[in-house]
Amino acid sequence: MEYKKEVKCVIWDLDNTIWDNVLTESKTIKLKTGIEDILNTLDSRGILNSISSKNNYDDAMRKLKEFSIDHYFLYPQINWNAKSASVAQIQKDLNIGIDTIVFIDDQPYEREEVKSQYPQVECIDSVDYKELLSRSRFNPKFITKDSQRRRLMYLENIKRTRLEEEYEGPKDEFLASLNMEFIISEAAEEDLQRAEELTVRTNQLNATGKTYSYKELNYFRSSPYHKLLVCELKDKYGSYGKIGLGLIHITEITWEIKLLLMSCRVISRGVGSVLLSYIMKQAKTENKKVTADFIKTDRNKMMYVTYKFSNFKEVLVLDNGYIKFENTLEKIQEFPPYIKLSIN
Amino acid sequence: METKDKIRKFIESNLIVFNDEVIFSDSDNIFEKGFVNSLFAMKLLNYVESEFNISVNNEDIDISNFSSIDNIINLINKNRN
Repeated sequence: MEYKKEVKCVIWDLDNTIWDNVLTESKTIKLKTGIEDILNTLDSRGILNSISSKNNYDDAMRKLKEFSIDHYFLYPQINWNAKSASVAQIQKDLNIGIDTIVFIDDQPYEREEVKSQYPQVECIDSVDYKELLSRSRFNPKFITKDSQRRRLMYLENIKRTRLEEEYEGPKDEFLASLNMEFIISEAAEEDLQRAEELTVRTNQLNATGKTYSYKELNYFRSSPYHKLLVCELKDKYGSYGKIGLGLIHITEITWEIKLLLMSCRVISRGVGSVLLSYIMKQAKTENKKVTADFIKTDRNKMMYVTYKFSNFKEVLVLDNGYIKFENTLEKIQEFPPYIKLSIN
Repeated sequence: METKDKIRKFIESNLIVFNDEVIFSDSDNIFEKGFVNSLFAMKLLNYVESEFNISVNNEDIDISNFSSIDNIINLINKNRN
């Protein structure tokens, strides 16, 4: 198995991995040399950290607090379950691809157990922890403002989710209470790194599965025949960052959507179709129709459904999974009432 | 529970409107009435596929097949046969 995707999350064992010795057996627990630096560097690169450890939750958390490193870990799984189950839980909570997760543990048994369930997870022996930072998968091509804030954005999201679960009443009312603002703007040069990062990181909600380089995006940005749109979502807890991207090729009679993607983090906010509706409305005011390229991958069925449910019809279907959609814009879905739309 | 009741219950638990006393018939278009949004359409598709153990063909992924309780039931029956 070759592990190629940039790492989004490192799942750490605790005993003899984060610290020396076993918490339940020893009085002298010491952090491994340099572990704080490693956590901090990963964090600033936008790589998340979590825990899968067989320990008593309260004792382990107390120890992590004592070392002042507890804040680095999202959704720590400290329990007596199989580690593969912890990995699955973290993957679900973070909503990231399983092949972007790395698991690090000193016990060969645990690494084998995880690998047997999830061969796509790279399992690393903790003796090698010092070289993590220099491995290529741990060095994202770009480190953007959004990547540096990534852990904080997840924390804001945990807070939102908790409030949502506590909220009794219609879902719309809760969504309205968030004061969401969806901002669409033409990409500026400083957006391009994040735009490239989005094409690389987004798998489930990328309509063509294509990735674009900074150079290509910069060309489209300045081309008179293209529009490159970026979307940001904000609510009363903060900004989700730049979460969506659309590339449109403008011709005499058509707006051709070459790329449409939305970060998985905002799916639950019901904003997935806002950019698409906006594009359709704009095209309509110019009396043009809209077409869209879709290339089937094993992950992006949701985008297919998004187009179909927005009344796009398949006009060309090729064996290689390419579909051309067309929409004559008779019906355009309205923007959700709980979102304020701003156009820059 | 009957298929129809299951679907109705699922839709009702996902309503996004403010009004607590929403009444809709089996033939009402739930999207046009604004009871649910497009995100819900995706959830509904996943729900129908997993709950009734069917796989909806690409040709049938059309908003009209999901727009009312009656249409959803037709879709399920068609895929069961």
